Amino acid sequence: MRSMYKVVVPGDFITEEVNRAGEGTYVADGRVYAMKYGIIDDKEEIKVVALSGKYVPSRGDIVIGKIIEISYPYWIIDIGSPYEARLHLSELAKGEEKRIEFGSMNKYLDLGDLVVAKVLNVDSMMRVDLALKEEFKIGGRGRLLEISHTKVPRVIGRSGSMIKMLKEKCNCFIFIAKNGRIWIKGSEDEMNLASQVVLMIANEAHTSGLTDRVANFLDSFKRKKEEDKGKEWEKK
Amino acid sequence: MGEEIKLIKDGKRLDGRGFEELRPIKIEVGILKRADGSCYFELGNNKVIAAVYGPREMHPRHFQDAKMAVVKYRYNMAPFSVDDRKRPGPDRRSVEISKVSREALDPVIIKEYYPKTAIDVYVEVLQSDAGTRTAGINAASVALAAAGIPMRDLVSSIAVGKIDGEVVLDLSAAEDNYGEADMPVAMVARTNTITMLQMDGQFSKEEFERGLKLATSACRKIYELQRTALVEKYSESVGEGEA
Repeated sequence: MRSMYKVVVPGDFITEEVNRAGEGTYVADGRVYAMKYGIIDDKEEIKVVALSGKYVPSRGDIVIGKIIEISYPYWIIDIGSPYEARLHLSELAKGEEKRIEFGSMNKYLDLGDLVVAKVLNVDSMMRVDLALKEEFKIGGRGRLLEISHTKVPRVIGRSGSMIKMLKEKCNCFIFIAKNGRIWIKGSEDEMNLASQVVLMIANEAHTSGLTDRVANFLDSFKRKKEEDKGKEWEKK
Repeated sequence: MGEEIKLIKDGKRLDGRGFEELRPIKIEVGILKRADGSCYFELGNNKVIAAVYGPREMHPRHFQDAKMAVVKYRYNMAPFSVDDRKRPGPDRRSVEISKVSREALDPVIIKEYYPKTAIDVYVEVLQSDAGTRTAGINAASVALAAAGIPMRDLVSSIAVGKIDGEVVLDLSAAEDNYGEADMPVAMVARTNTITMLQMDGQFSKEEFERGLKLATSACRKIYELQRTALVEKYSESVGEGEA
């Protein structure tokens, strides 16, 4: 039997312990209510973990972004959020004596390029500034997946258990950004398997016992593959 | 001329309902894959779909609000939703309904979390049988929650009216056309906060109060159905994928 998380909808009464009210809740008349449609996370703080919703950047987040516009001296970057982010060209010229001229920005980062970046700052006008990570450019033979940012913690798992297992069993390089974008690199078959599992996790993020189920799935997949290989061997 | 039509026979309404009876309701959450939140709502023969997109970037820019999200609501009737084909596109009626419906939902949405964005709500009426604006509000409320929009509560809505001198709940098309009054109400059922109230026709003060009472208890029932639909969406067994 699989136990279910407790699902709440906006306006549901949660508790009277106002000082424990966490994210996804609001306080009215000395009582705590749910502000979002999601599942209850009852720890020291009592939170409502939303099951959907848009990503809002906050300082320090690592995101995968896509260049959508070049407007000197910024690259405008889509980070899968209602807010666009910008990257100043000094970020790229940092540490080196190079100057990036007007009109030559696309030589460094062009439209459609993917970058890994850190959110430097979000101001009150919701202007988002990015800083590049050391290995910022991603591309080549890999695959970008996009899931809801609310499901990222599930894909990572408790202290990284889920992602560790995924990386080992799929034999892939997997990078998960806070905004729900996931970069996978590996052989074609391995990437297929990894994307399938990531989507499975995203679809079943609200159920418990998920890590075990994913492990079972991966093991049975492996067994099946070996059996198939065995059969082919017999044929020969 | 109107004298000929009897809307109440032997204490029952034309469709066999009692005075305080709702039409059957069906709610489905998350029916549109590409919307951020969606809901299909049936109230008797009314069939509506609500889709919510956003919060997303607000266009045109000058409609942005630097402090909060802007809620946009479009109520639209499909040309095939009524007996005589409706001319497609917005008209006086649908513009008005869009406005009042938006204002019915606006108070529960916590807009401060997403400054400068737009939350788009689209309500499409596929089949109409009086009470589409209330069905639309019910659907939109569920779709907003499903989209993960921060809200204080869900909004529920229903109409009451007067036919053959009796105050009744949830008018059907015939009752709406030949009755004496029609009053759609939208409210937050938990706190009894009215967010929309319109009236077409005439009620005495007593009738109005009785109608409001009927609407309040009906909204509670609808609220329970909306809540159940949302909760069950994530309680579905996850059959597949299990080894």
